[in-house]
Amino acid sequence: MTDPTQPGQYGHSGQPGHPEQPPSVHETPGHPLVAVTGLAKSFGDHEVLTSIDFEVHAGSVTVLIGPSGSGKTTVLRSLNTLETPDGGVVRIGEVEVDFSGPAPKGSARKKQLAALRDQSGMVFQSHNLFPHMTVLQNVIEGPTVVQRRPREEVMGEARRLLDLVGLAEKADQYPYQLSGGQQQRVGIARALALRPKLMLFDEPTSALDPELVGEVLHVMKDLASQGWTMVVVTHEIRFAQQVADQVLFMDGGVIVERGTPGEVLANPRTERARQFLQRILDPL
Amino acid sequence: MSDQTVQLILDNLWPLLKAAVTVTIPLTLVSFVLGLVVALVVALMRLSPVRAVSGAARAYVSVIRGTPLLLQLFIIFYGLPALGVTFEPFPAAVIAFTLNVGGYAAEVIRSAILAVPKGQWEAASTVGMDYLTTLRRVVLPQATRTAIPPLSNTLISLVKDTSLASTIQVTELLRVAQEAAAPTYQFFAMYSVAAVYYWVICLGLSALQTRLEERQNRYVAR
Repeated sequence: MTDPTQPGQYGHSGQPGHPEQPPSVHETPGHPLVAVTGLAKSFGDHEVLTSIDFEVHAGSVTVLIGPSGSGKTTVLRSLNTLETPDGGVVRIGEVEVDFSGPAPKGSARKKQLAALRDQSGMVFQSHNLFPHMTVLQNVIEGPTVVQRRPREEVMGEARRLLDLVGLAEKADQYPYQLSGGQQQRVGIARALALRPKLMLFDEPTSALDPELVGEVLHVMKDLASQGWTMVVVTHEIRFAQQVADQVLFMDGGVIVERGTPGEVLANPRTERARQFLQRILDPL
Repeated sequence: MSDQTVQLILDNLWPLLKAAVTVTIPLTLVSFVLGLVVALVVALMRLSPVRAVSGAARAYVSVIRGTPLLLQLFIIFYGLPALGVTFEPFPAAVIAFTLNVGGYAAEVIRSAILAVPKGQWEAASTVGMDYLTTLRRVVLPQATRTAIPPLSNTLISLVKDTSLASTIQVTELLRVAQEAAAPTYQFFAMYSVAAVYYWVICLGLSALQTRLEERQNRYVAR
């Protein structure tokens, strides 16, 4: 079940509804799951992203690294439409949105953005769990209220997801009763419950106490080995080394280097990447 | 206290209680609930990015807060007939108090909504919620917790403000006390009974507020 070379079991394994398996992805060669071209974004006069291009293949893990302010979080948020890019094309699965040129009017644009957003699940740096809902309610909220799937089915799936992130016994607790690492794992379960094609992680361990980082990275590693397609913004270089298929090093709103962890992390070509990695691995 | 005074008080305990239960309390509750609806709409308008919409809401709040409640009552009951709009006393009072609560509570609700962290809106968006679903399922439940103490103040003030309706012929608690006292000039006795009734209503509401706050705090670390 966890054979990473076989990510497409979900939906034709005779066990639909098992969310611990990633959604089925039929990827033809040369047609990756995610394609971003010419992505641009400014906040006022400040240009945060200048023509970002990258692709993400189904079942692969892409790690975005770079100094703060380099635009990596904005790239991630653009994939989930939390930011609306000013230019470029974003395609995830079958949904493609062109942000260059005039936007379609009103509700047409809204529909487009909603369709794009529905392709991915998001895990935030500061978990952003709904504090007034129990752990289980947090996980079933999207599937029941938004996707209007049958409650019984969703409940079973949610319990399996909580089991997957090691929190089955916390289902009826409120978020404030959990540790930071547990909260973050609930956040992961909440995103998985939406059955996205793509999982996005925005510095998921940056706000955690050091001894809690491991439990979250472990869950993410498990997801990767199960064949989930993931895009991760992180400063955890060891995670990138072990799990990433592709590393993108960003600085000043552009992708400065890209390649396998062995290329970008072990043998950076540019001075900027070398300096950055040096500072992260040996801050003193 | 003379026997005569005691007798008057005893004779009027029931009529005053009846006025409190059948007029003062319904007037308060109906105006408050309708006022909250107005307030929610005005608060959301104030938060709108469309200038004209937020400006209209701001003007409304400014007028309500900047003019005496008694005057608002008079304008609706005595003023509007000049424009051909006439209300019975009770509906006129409901309208005036609703609009008044709407203005004050709008500010409370607006700040309670703003107190909900931006990350909650974002998380709601990532699970696929639109604006109204986000409000209903995520933002308002959390804003309620912040808003309960100040809204309780508004409600308790309103209980006492309904006594102003006595000036537009609504036979609420104060007016019944006045009418009972007038023939014998026993104002001290009758007003005291009315005061006790107002106080008891407010005590009950304070107790309700405490219970609501405790309930809302179940999901917050102490």
